[in-house]
Amino acid sequence: MVIKTEPFILNIGPQHPSTHGVFRMRVTLDGEVVVDIEPVIGYLHRGIEKMGENRTYTQIIPLTDRLDYLASLTNNLAYVLAVEKLAGITIPERAEYLRIIMAEAMRISSHLMAVGFFLNDLGAMMTPVLYMWREREKLLDLFEMVCGQRLTYNYMRIGGVSHDIPEEFLPALKKFVAEMPGFIDEYDQLLSQNEIVLARTKGVSILPRDTAINTAASGPVLRASGVKWDLRKADPYSIYDRFDFEVPVGKVGDNYDRYWVRMQEMRQSVRILEQAIAQLPSGVVWADVPQLLHPPVGEVYGHIESPRGELGFFLISDNSIAPYRFHIRPPTLINLTALKDMVVGWKVADLIITFGSIDVVLGEIDR
Amino acid sequence: MTTALNGEQIARKINKASPGAVVAADKAAVVVTGESLFKVAKFLKNTPALDFNYLADLAAVDYTDYFEVVYHLVSLAHNHSLVLKTRCYDHDKPVVPSLTTLWRSADFMEREAYDLMGIVFDGHPNLKRLLLWEGFVGHPLRRDYL
Amino acid sequence: MTILEQFRLWLGGIWPDWAAYLVPGIVGIVLVLAFVVVSVIVFIWFERRLLGRFQIRLGPNRLGPEGIFQPIATALKILLKEDIVPAKADKVIHWLAPVIVFVPVLMIFAVVPLGQRAILTDLNVGIVYVVAVSSISAVGIYMAGWASNNKYALIAAFRTVAQMVSYELPVVLAILGVVLMAGSLSMTQIVESQSIPFLVLQPLGFVIFFLGTVAEMNRSPFDLLEADSEIVAGYHIEYSGMKFAMFYLGEYGHALAYSCIITTLFLAGWQGPFLPPIIWFLIKVFAVFSVIVWMRATLPRLRVDQLMSFAWKGLLPMAIINLFIIAAEMLWLPEISLWILVVINIVSAGVLVLLWSRLFSLGGGRVEV
Repeated sequence: MVIKTEPFILNIGPQHPSTHGVFRMRVTLDGEVVVDIEPVIGYLHRGIEKMGENRTYTQIIPLTDRLDYLASLTNNLAYVLAVEKLAGITIPERAEYLRIIMAEAMRISSHLMAVGFFLNDLGAMMTPVLYMWREREKLLDLFEMVCGQRLTYNYMRIGGVSHDIPEEFLPALKKFVAEMPGFIDEYDQLLSQNEIVLARTKGVSILPRDTAINTAASGPVLRASGVKWDLRKADPYSIYDRFDFEVPVGKVGDNYDRYWVRMQEMRQSVRILEQAIAQLPSGVVWADVPQLLHPPVGEVYGHIESPRGELGFFLISDNSIAPYRFHIRPPTLINLTALKDMVVGWKVADLIITFGSIDVVLGEIDR
Repeated sequence: MTTALNGEQIARKINKASPGAVVAADKAAVVVTGESLFKVAKFLKNTPALDFNYLADLAAVDYTDYFEVVYHLVSLAHNHSLVLKTRCYDHDKPVVPSLTTLWRSADFMEREAYDLMGIVFDGHPNLKRLLLWEGFVGHPLRRDYL
Repeated sequence: MTILEQFRLWLGGIWPDWAAYLVPGIVGIVLVLAFVVVSVIVFIWFERRLLGRFQIRLGPNRLGPEGIFQPIATALKILLKEDIVPAKADKVIHWLAPVIVFVPVLMIFAVVPLGQRAILTDLNVGIVYVVAVSSISAVGIYMAGWASNNKYALIAAFRTVAQMVSYELPVVLAILGVVLMAGSLSMTQIVESQSIPFLVLQPLGFVIFFLGTVAEMNRSPFDLLEADSEIVAGYHIEYSGMKFAMFYLGEYGHALAYSCIITTLFLAGWQGPFLPPIIWFLIKVFAVFSVIVWMRATLPRLRVDQLMSFAWKGLLPMAIINLFIIAAEMLWLPEISLWILVVINIVSAGVLVLLWSRLFSLGGGRVEV
């Protein structure tokens, strides 16, 4: 007599402690093994693309903050770079360096959060999160010094940055940069060789190299699969070609590699910060750009390397004060295209961890 | 530095491979017809000199006379990029062939274009609404919505 | 002759027989329950503060000095909550499950020796009683998972059955090693026969028993029954109010019970110089509990198939080999000095653990769909 079994559908619903936001997955399970998965999104859709068509170019900057709210400054940066490319504006040197400092500090903060919550999904009860947030608090204090905000910064402007840094910022930043490599070593020592972390992430949910390229993965997800493609080196924007840093590339493309790539990127960001602080010139921080900017007719696709991948803004201008079309290329939504490949055949526990290792932010997926 | 390839040169290559496909070409982009889009895309992907294996972005634009779908293609090996466009003039039921069999990244992006702009992608495995709920009526990103 | 039996004899002189039978029993039960409830509350406070210190934060410190009224506030809050039962849940089983999880925990304390003659009843099959009673909670957890009409609870339920059943075996085999060396199944005899604590005499047995009981308690790193980040509280996802309070107390009661058992079996119970026995007992119980909280704070969680392979391929063979070694020692070297046995056991434990860590790895697990 054969026992009849049937797969059942589990709804890992919009409210869940581990979906990093309101993300819903309809998972078909055979016992504990995932057979099929269908992501359902749109719970945070605010119509930012449509809103962009009714706002001036400067008024769109706060909208871009709310896309990937854990790395707001890089969103701002991508957008203002796109507009400056369209309108042909050059910005002062000091503003360039300040943008790089802010963007790299943002990258460290975002990766701390991503790695911390990846380990929380593994089950390590908030301990790694709280250790990493000790450093993130220092970063958020630095950001508050400059931008007055801790989450949605609205600091970049078309033509530079909004205002200059206060005096106490640079010493505090230097102190942070001096101690950070020691802290990253501490995390490495506690976590990277932990038997249970290795057992649960090594070889799990492998994303093969060809699938990664075909599904246009970007950021740490792509680099963990062995593709050395980082927009800061391949298509340098702003003044990244003046800095000396490496691009960490994983070997296999499993969860461990994605975690490892993020840890190494934090080290490289600290390197860039050291060089930027050393080379920071003096001067004005904003080129005099008119309030109501009328860029020439044309279109531009400006993209940067955000902590989550290739964030692109596609702008079409018809010489009026608002863009004709404002389209956002969200890195995390495109990274999720390969979720089914990565997860089928593994268990429910692995699904949660894989999803954590892709590092999604729902603001960006849903716009 | 990613070199943005000159649209006119690529248009000549495309015309040699599939004549009559190119509608317009300037320095920035190449515009092809809807019927030849799949063939041209396949040619761009499979030619070793061009080798566009990465579809970075897919955007749909509503110019009131026609819809335009803009593809940003990148080659990781050669580090060059190209902008490919196609237009469709039917306002009520615009149809564009789907490129998901060539680049799987088009999956979610085409669903979003269908959802918000109403362009039907012919050949897409799962063309459902992505961001809005299933019973929603209308396509919000069109110029005549609200 | 326990204290309660002596009390009963003395009462038998003044009161009729049935009173002399009932009153010591009731007094004993009340005392043990008081001990359990107070200890559980202290454990809840202790765990939250200790967990806070591991996570470089303070832990609750608002209510009362150093937060000692926090568990009472937690208990009050849980009791005042509305008791929600899902509409399609199986009502009787849903109501019965917390009882079946909580009562066996209390029953274990009947044979825990708190002092030299301070034990509720000195069963001469004490340890077998403990093993038998503690496995009933597994049934309760499965009932809770099934009756909630919730797929997350169901996943927790079938993980429970797998985990609890597989970890019973190494635990029982480790206990057998202790029993062989102590020569008796009674808890007081086991404590009294430990001139050297069995922690030192049987290190491998201790490690197996410790890991097995941490798995039985559903504590990290084996807490996938209530994995907060995957199945959102697992088997008690649909419980609120008093029933949830029983699960919550049951979890800490389990921790307390197993800490007491570990202290009795391996750490020489209440024995120790200078201080009264009950104080030594409490110190050792707290030490064991601290190690359990330490494991919770630092280790991530195992996946269910890794957990099962750890039990069947890791702990069980080592437990069997440990039993053989102890049996061989008891049979052929009964009169030898205990310290030589200590050396032999520590060396063999080290060899076995090294061998297993080379041969046996935890990873992998993709299933062809």
